Amino acid sequence: MSVLDKRGAGPGHPLPGQSSDALDDTAPGGTGQGAGRTTRTRQRTGRRGLTLALNAVSVALGIAVWWLLASAGFKLPTPPEVVSRARTLIGDGTLGTDALASLTRVLIGFALGTAVAIPVGFLMGWYGILRGLIEPWIQFFRTIPPLAILPLAVVAMGIDETPKIFVIFLAAFLACVISTFQGVVSVDRTLINAARVLGAKDLTIFARVVVPASTPFILVGMRVGLGSAWATLVAAELIAAQEGLGYRMQNAQLYYDLPTIFVGLISIGILGLLMDRILLLAERRLTRWQERR
Amino acid sequence: MTSKPAKISVQGVTKTFALGREAFTALDDVSIDIADHEFVTVVGPSGCGKSTLMNILAGLETPTSGRALVDGVPVSGPGPERGVIFQQYALFPWLTVRQNVEFGLRTTGVPKQERRARAEHFIELVGLEAFADALPKTLSGGMRQRCAIARAYSVDPSILLMDEPFGALDALTRVKLQEQLLRTWSRDRRTVLFITHDVDEAVFLANRVVVMAARPGRVYDVVEVDPAVVRDEAFRLSPEFAALRNRVWRSVYHQEGRTAALSGSRTDTPS
Repeated sequence: MSVLDKRGAGPGHPLPGQSSDALDDTAPGGTGQGAGRTTRTRQRTGRRGLTLALNAVSVALGIAVWWLLASAGFKLPTPPEVVSRARTLIGDGTLGTDALASLTRVLIGFALGTAVAIPVGFLMGWYGILRGLIEPWIQFFRTIPPLAILPLAVVAMGIDETPKIFVIFLAAFLACVISTFQGVVSVDRTLINAARVLGAKDLTIFARVVVPASTPFILVGMRVGLGSAWATLVAAELIAAQEGLGYRMQNAQLYYDLPTIFVGLISIGILGLLMDRILLLAERRLTRWQERR
Repeated sequence: MTSKPAKISVQGVTKTFALGREAFTALDDVSIDIADHEFVTVVGPSGCGKSTLMNILAGLETPTSGRALVDGVPVSGPGPERGVIFQQYALFPWLTVRQNVEFGLRTTGVPKQERRARAEHFIELVGLEAFADALPKTLSGGMRQRCAIARAYSVDPSILLMDEPFGALDALTRVKLQEQLLRTWSRDRRTVLFITHDVDEAVFLANRVVVMAARPGRVYDVVEVDPAVVRDEAFRLSPEFAALRNRVWRSVYHQEGRTAALSGSRTDTPS
């Protein structure tokens, strides 16, 4: 049988199976999909429940060990002592004032740090000239712990809020700027080419390809930056602070007041954890498109 | 086709890259003319410069010497009249299928209402309407490539440049997409330059198969396919197809006595 004129060849190449077989090659699809998804969700919630249970067990165990060590004569306050101190500090408003003061410093320093880091990181990644000009300074300051900047900051800026916020700003900025820069330079070339062949010019490519593609990096940078900001806080509150969790702990140290130190430590831990979870949530929402392995 | 200038005209294009201290010649004096509405496939061993040729036509690379003309005008950068489909799909992973298809329409300033309608049309054309609001990560390879095809079509290019678009797909999906591509092509008959390393694919799709040789990359052979042929399963299994495939196969794998097949990894085998 001849292959020619088999179907009275009209214009073009008539093909068999004109009906839409377009979806045939798809793995998902059909009714099985919904069912599959529910089972998966159920499995995921199940696994999540297990993880949460394990977390709770771990925390309980940790407290038990702490309690044991405290009763065994180590220089530690027992959990009830810490809880009752926390009650007192909450009752007279000290803990609230301290937490608010520390939180304000961390938030301002962190917000300023990331607000400056993101555009600087983008500029460094996008323009080779700016990268050459800025990078040595960033690498230089990255090797100096913020604590070492403190004496200079105090001399230059006095002893009010400015130097405290400045060192927190520096810590957050350095962590975030490197990450943003990394994000920009690692944007897939093919995606940029794909945008170019669709008629996109530089500004469009920047706004609609480079920015979204770097978002995961920026968010990781922000989380690291937040950690650095909290880590720098206690150091920052060494500078003649009148309140703050770090200040309270240093003050308690003078009086050998272990329960208060514990309250401070736990408060910083909880606040840091909460803020990190908020960022993690934002990260999950903004980078839902990422393929995770 | 006689008096009109060729739709695509590659004239004596040479492209060299610096590879360390040495210069690597990816393309050596390549000339190809492609008429309007023609479907040309380019097949050759790895390193024959077929992707470089496509990048030059797409305006993503510039030739070291010679020139590439589209509609008689030298290519001086990418443009929406030349749609490009990449092997790695190159979908924007943060955009849904619909938003990906609308991307080019946004950059070319198509108003929102029309954008919607046109995106809808092309999504239906490739059969992805049920997945219009899905993110690329949830799609299979074949679906991703169909989305990329819809995105390229959306800005209504007069030329489609396809760089091994089905190379990463399994054999079955590949055959399906080939047939779908031909179906779409037979409606509007855009000029297509299709790069592949699969001899069967090259013969099945083309009006004309350009065989390239490597080191340096150059045109080695051109095989014409009867334009009256009906591209269906019967053609795929016919002696005519086998004869054409054997001809192209020999051209690709036994270039001037040496076995090019040994110099690169291949996924296709003679059957």
